[in-house]
Amino acid sequence: MARRVTARRMVVSTVAAWFFGGLIFFPILWMVLTSFKTELEAFTVPPSFLFFDWTTENYATVQERSDYFLHALNSIVIAGGSTLIAALIAVPAAWSMAFAPTKRTKDILLWMLSTKMMPAVGVLVPIYLLFKNLGLLDTRSGLIAILCLGNLPIVVWMLFTYFKEIPRDILEAARMDGATIRRELTYVLLPMAIPGIASTLLLNLILAWNEAFWTLNLSTSKAAPLTVFIASYSSPEGLFWAKLSAASTMAIAPILVLGWFCQRQLVRGLTFGAVK
Amino acid sequence: MGQITLQGVHKSFGQLDIIKDANLDIEDGSFVVFVGPSGCGKTTLLRLIAGLEDVTGGRILIDGQNVVNVPPAKRGLSMVFQSYALYPHMSVRGNIAFGLKMAGLPRAEIDRKVAAAAATLNLTPYLDRKPRELSGGQRQRVAIGRAIVREPKAFLFDEPLSNLDAALRVQMRMEVTRLQKQLATTAVYVTHDQVEAMTMADRIVVLNAGRVEQYGSPLELYEQPANLFVAGFIGSPKMNFVSGPPADQLGAATIGIRPEHLRIAQEGEGWPGTVSVAEHLGSDTFLYVDGGALGLLTVRGIGEIHLKSGDRVWLSPDPARLHRFDKDGMAIRH
Amino acid sequence: MATQQTQVLARGLLTPAVALLLVWMIVPLAMTIYFSLLHYNLLDPGSEAFVGLENFRYFLTDPAFLASLQNTLVLVGSVLAITIVLGVPLALLLDQPVLGRSIVRLMVIAPFFVMPTVSALVWKNLLLHPVSGLLAWLSTLVGITPIDWFNDAPMTAIIMIVAWQWLPFATLILLTALQSQDEEQKEAAEMDGASALSTFLYLTLPHLARPITVVILIETIFLLTVFAEIFVTTGGGPGLQTTNIAFLIYSQALIQYDVGSASAGGLVAVVIANIIAFFLVRVVGRNLEA
Repeated sequence: MARRVTARRMVVSTVAAWFFGGLIFFPILWMVLTSFKTELEAFTVPPSFLFFDWTTENYATVQERSDYFLHALNSIVIAGGSTLIAALIAVPAAWSMAFAPTKRTKDILLWMLSTKMMPAVGVLVPIYLLFKNLGLLDTRSGLIAILCLGNLPIVVWMLFTYFKEIPRDILEAARMDGATIRRELTYVLLPMAIPGIASTLLLNLILAWNEAFWTLNLSTSKAAPLTVFIASYSSPEGLFWAKLSAASTMAIAPILVLGWFCQRQLVRGLTFGAVK
Repeated sequence: MGQITLQGVHKSFGQLDIIKDANLDIEDGSFVVFVGPSGCGKTTLLRLIAGLEDVTGGRILIDGQNVVNVPPAKRGLSMVFQSYALYPHMSVRGNIAFGLKMAGLPRAEIDRKVAAAAATLNLTPYLDRKPRELSGGQRQRVAIGRAIVREPKAFLFDEPLSNLDAALRVQMRMEVTRLQKQLATTAVYVTHDQVEAMTMADRIVVLNAGRVEQYGSPLELYEQPANLFVAGFIGSPKMNFVSGPPADQLGAATIGIRPEHLRIAQEGEGWPGTVSVAEHLGSDTFLYVDGGALGLLTVRGIGEIHLKSGDRVWLSPDPARLHRFDKDGMAIRH
Repeated sequence: MATQQTQVLARGLLTPAVALLLVWMIVPLAMTIYFSLLHYNLLDPGSEAFVGLENFRYFLTDPAFLASLQNTLVLVGSVLAITIVLGVPLALLLDQPVLGRSIVRLMVIAPFFVMPTVSALVWKNLLLHPVSGLLAWLSTLVGITPIDWFNDAPMTAIIMIVAWQWLPFATLILLTALQSQDEEQKEAAEMDGASALSTFLYLTLPHLARPITVVILIETIFLLTVFAEIFVTTGGGPGLQTTNIAFLIYSQALIQYDVGSASAGGLVAVVIANIIAFFLVRVVGRNLEA
């Protein structure tokens, strides 16, 4: 039932919502605007909002001077790789917990959740030393492994909650129709779960892309993803605001777009299904 | 062939016994209905036959072969689910063909069989639609099509009509019965609706709390209920039960009389009572009579009977139609 | 409820995930416990010796620990307070009929998707810079002397950044919860003559109790280990003013190379997080029953 909405109420809430929404979004907008300014204009007080000489030279300079694309590629490989591997391990596990639950399933799920809550800093030392001894420091494979393990519980949980929504009748119907478990998975469960799996992977990709504890501590240059690349602007180069803004814009743009597509899944994934 | 035999089948979940020692012989080509109140274990029994659950003990024979360790896919049965369980991402054609595809039949043969099944069920115009584009009745037909196309040894139906509206339910009831007779394939059908059971079944299994209370033809159950439970469950409106002096006179702990076997008169002999509610349906009249110490008795009269609330009446049971039960609730046979 | 065959298969499919997570949890934790009992400094190789609980005594009595514990609590507490106090009205606002609501939603959620290093640097430079930052310009406009945030109020600055990142999360969860509120219940309250305020107090707020708990617990888990925002802005300073426990452990491990005492600190962090996790698991676990 649609509730009666007075025009006045609509106007007031619209204005307020746009104002506060704009306020929250402003730092990002400002960063994007700054990325199109010259360094000089970026510093100018009073600042210019729209009427400046728009330039794209910062974007070119960023790539030239600091090899943006190498780090972007690292981000893609690390976030993508860890997400894919996590999914390969998590899909069978989630299937098993959703469709063949035992008395211990709930405990296993909660235990998985608790591993996610272990603060990374608690195991920083051994992981760092292990990586050092195994020659994994500043390697993509090392980061892929760590991020994969770190996000595995979230992936299992999200897939579990999606699988749980698929009526077991349908899987049983497939079983009655003579499908083996493998065919049941490939022909029936996976096609039906595609939206859920896709959004799980998307959320995991975002989390891995933005991860900034392990990446900062375990990589420095050749395997460094964009988080680390941007952090390098904290020192003297940070004075080049326009270039910092250009680099930042490029670092967050792809993920911002993906993020907008999966806001709902974000709630579901990060609250472990406690809020839907 | 589709002869199904249950021998001492037992199922428990932990401490809980869901099915206690079920023994049944389902003849090839017969239509057998499992009926009982919710929670009586009828769906579990069906799932045990399907192989979707393991038996805790006992044997299930299909055509003489013990199948308790055979996975559902290999038992040669097909099942129609309460929710229909259609594959939402496949077209009607894909749904019906899935089982044949899993069996590895050649393409041409699959097409031929799907077309035949669709024609039987009037689904031909909808073959390329997705399940969500179909009405409830059409989805029901697809589920049935998926079951018949595999030419199984037996159909298993798990309350397939309970999601349809009343009018459609009556129509589908007839269609399913007709189809089963035409294919002459064994059918095991689960329902909680005793009208469905009475109208569709060759033989009915009445289940209560995991136990088979009686197994027989609809009329056997109606005319010779084995115990109080079956007597009360089969028939609508419910059988009247009377205990006390009238029962003692007949050497029973309880006597039962169906509403349609009680004669009602405004004078004379029998059990005196007062009409408390009268329902006039035209074709029938249902009277709820306050019989004092006898309790509330239901009377069903054919056609219109001009009685109203508060009228004084006398009820006399048809002695040939009286059911007598001992103190354990078992029927006393003459 | 499934047949034995499926159960066996299911166990097999579950094993890799469980085994990996078990290793991931136990091996580093065991190593941390082991290191925490050693004198172990990477700058002084070969001098490893068993020292019992000495590292814990050292770490817990270090004035830096108390300072960082306090900073951690201040940071977590302030960000929680800000995100909830602003998140509730914001979620209520977004639940109203708003023209272009989906666009506003996108704007509000955006900061959550910005990587921590980017948001820290954008705030530090473009917004909070004492001379050329936007806030400095705004304060001169209204005649206030601009604040040198990272020198004079470094913790406040960090809190602002982190709160900005997490406000969207709180808002989104609360909004999701609001949208699941029973509309008929509100209409019934309206029919009963309840005012908007009492509807909010007696229906909406109790409905939000659970999502607020979830927000608090989950944010706490993440906020306890805020790292990148400090790493790229203040480096824990000036002095120890913005060093939280995570940063302290990092600096002991990878700046002073004192593995033993960093491990002891790591265990302290694990214990603190576990206390929070205990409550979160209970909330989520209850939900699993349904």
